[in-house]
Amino acid sequence: MITVEGLCKTFKVSKRSAGFKAATKALFKREYTEVEALRDVSFNINAGEVVGYIGPNGAGKSTTIKVMSGILVPDKGKCEILGRTPWNDRINHVKNIGVVFGQRSQLMWDIPVLDSFELLRDIYRVPQAKYKKNLDRLTDILDLGKIIETPVRQLSLGQRMRCEITASLLHSPQILFLDEPTIGLDAVSKVAVREFIKEINKENGVTVILTTHDMGDIEALTDRILLIGKGQILFDGSFNNLKRRYNTFSVLTVDYSGDGNIPEIENINIISKEKGRAVLKIDTKSRSVSSVISQLSSILEIREISVEARPIEEVIVALYKEYQI
Amino acid sequence: MRPYISAFRVRFLNGLQYRAAALGGLATQFFWGVMAIFIYQAFYISGGVPQTFNFSQLVTYIWLQQAFLALIMLYDWDSELFEMITSGNISYELCRPCNLYGFWYVKLLSKRLSSAALRFSPIIIVALLLPTPYKLSFPQSPVTFLLFIATLMLGLLLIVAISMLIYISTFKTMSPVGSMAFIGLVGEFFSGMTIPIPLMPEWLRAVCYILPFRWTADLPLRIYSGNIGVNEAVISIGVQFVWIIVLASAGAILMMRVTRRIVVQGG
Repeated sequence: MITVEGLCKTFKVSKRSAGFKAATKALFKREYTEVEALRDVSFNINAGEVVGYIGPNGAGKSTTIKVMSGILVPDKGKCEILGRTPWNDRINHVKNIGVVFGQRSQLMWDIPVLDSFELLRDIYRVPQAKYKKNLDRLTDILDLGKIIETPVRQLSLGQRMRCEITASLLHSPQILFLDEPTIGLDAVSKVAVREFIKEINKENGVTVILTTHDMGDIEALTDRILLIGKGQILFDGSFNNLKRRYNTFSVLTVDYSGDGNIPEIENINIISKEKGRAVLKIDTKSRSVSSVISQLSSILEIREISVEARPIEEVIVALYKEYQI
Repeated sequence: MRPYISAFRVRFLNGLQYRAAALGGLATQFFWGVMAIFIYQAFYISGGVPQTFNFSQLVTYIWLQQAFLALIMLYDWDSELFEMITSGNISYELCRPCNLYGFWYVKLLSKRLSSAALRFSPIIIVALLLPTPYKLSFPQSPVTFLLFIATLMLGLLLIVAISMLIYISTFKTMSPVGSMAFIGLVGEFFSGMTIPIPLMPEWLRAVCYILPFRWTADLPLRIYSGNIGVNEAVISIGVQFVWIIVLASAGAILMMRVTRRIVVQGG
């Protein structure tokens, strides 16, 4: 459905040092540096997939999304979406895609949301019956009933984002690009948006490509992630694989009664220890969690025990570190 | 056509809600009209004014200018479009299955029409009721009036084509200030908005006639006031058509080029 091959894009970034002298100089001679935003990016995405596109700031995520949505023409490389090259056949291409740019707005500021929706209905030439059906459904799931007649300027960020997402789906696109859709949302709105993305993927078979810095989004939504750093794809695979690879330790919290003391155990770091409670870090490469638990239970009278995998944020940090991005 | 008609409708309705702006505009334009008429009256009294453009024609020229300012003034910028370019919200605009030139053209058109719709009638009514030397006179004949309407509307199409070029230039410069001030100043002058073109010296008038600007403002106002006859008016309509076609096609081509080279920054 989506084939990207050898995509390259270089941006010219103007620069000058701070200060009056540099500013005067820049009046006559501008200096530019070249930034390689994409270096040979390739991947395939099949219909119905939910793909998380992650990477640190400035890695090239948004650039890729812009290329795929036909806004940006790359320097080199191929991109075929539903049989079309986005930048060559922009108008036909965009009919099939929906895009949410989390940091921008597509709704008109001073008019009620509904007016913006109706404009989009006409822009995409959506038949009234279909529009009505889509709108009712979206309104229902995203709970827009009360806010749909309010001017956009009076909406909260979470309300607005829900409207933005609705706006991108009114024409029933087959592919949805979400560029940081949960940025700035509170917990409730985030969960609502996630649930919703799941649902349209399941029920309508919409292919979703999602960029985000929120690992919660990734965990809740995606079966596959693409990691990009310094303009290159560094990892392409299932999220569980990634976790397995980087889950090199687990954290064990033990509550116990009595005066027993935690002995020094091989391959285990004691993070904290107080009376009746200890937090241990287990190197899961060399020891299984269960063997540690059985060893502990032979020494201590355990009241409660909990095991936590390495937090996903840390996995990502480790990943970025490994690839030096 | 449906997307364009709908964009026109939404923007028109949006424009109608800015009542305070319309009221402020009305007051300014009325005041400006009175002031200009008094100044020119002083000139006319002291003599040295061309006989081809009498005082009553001048007064009519000024009042129409003020009443239809939104349709004929070059210096009427849509900050929303500029903001879209500089802030990157253009991303969304480019995700629409529409021709961007046509889409923006329609938006500008509707903005001007909605702002004119709110303003023109109060000024016309008041100007018609003023005492004799200062009042707006009626057109000489129904034909004159029809020619006025036709050239005013074609002038509107032309001025939007001109301003589209400025919006397109913003893609390159990232700041509308320079091209706006430059084209704004030059264009206003050569369209007769600063000094009515009949009051200019011969050679300057010749320059005005070569440039596209006077076909937007000067022409319809002088047709109404009777300063331009029916024959010349009919020929002028042809000239307007040519300019519209030339500038709109140039704009459409340039727009296609800049959007292919566009770099949406950030985020």
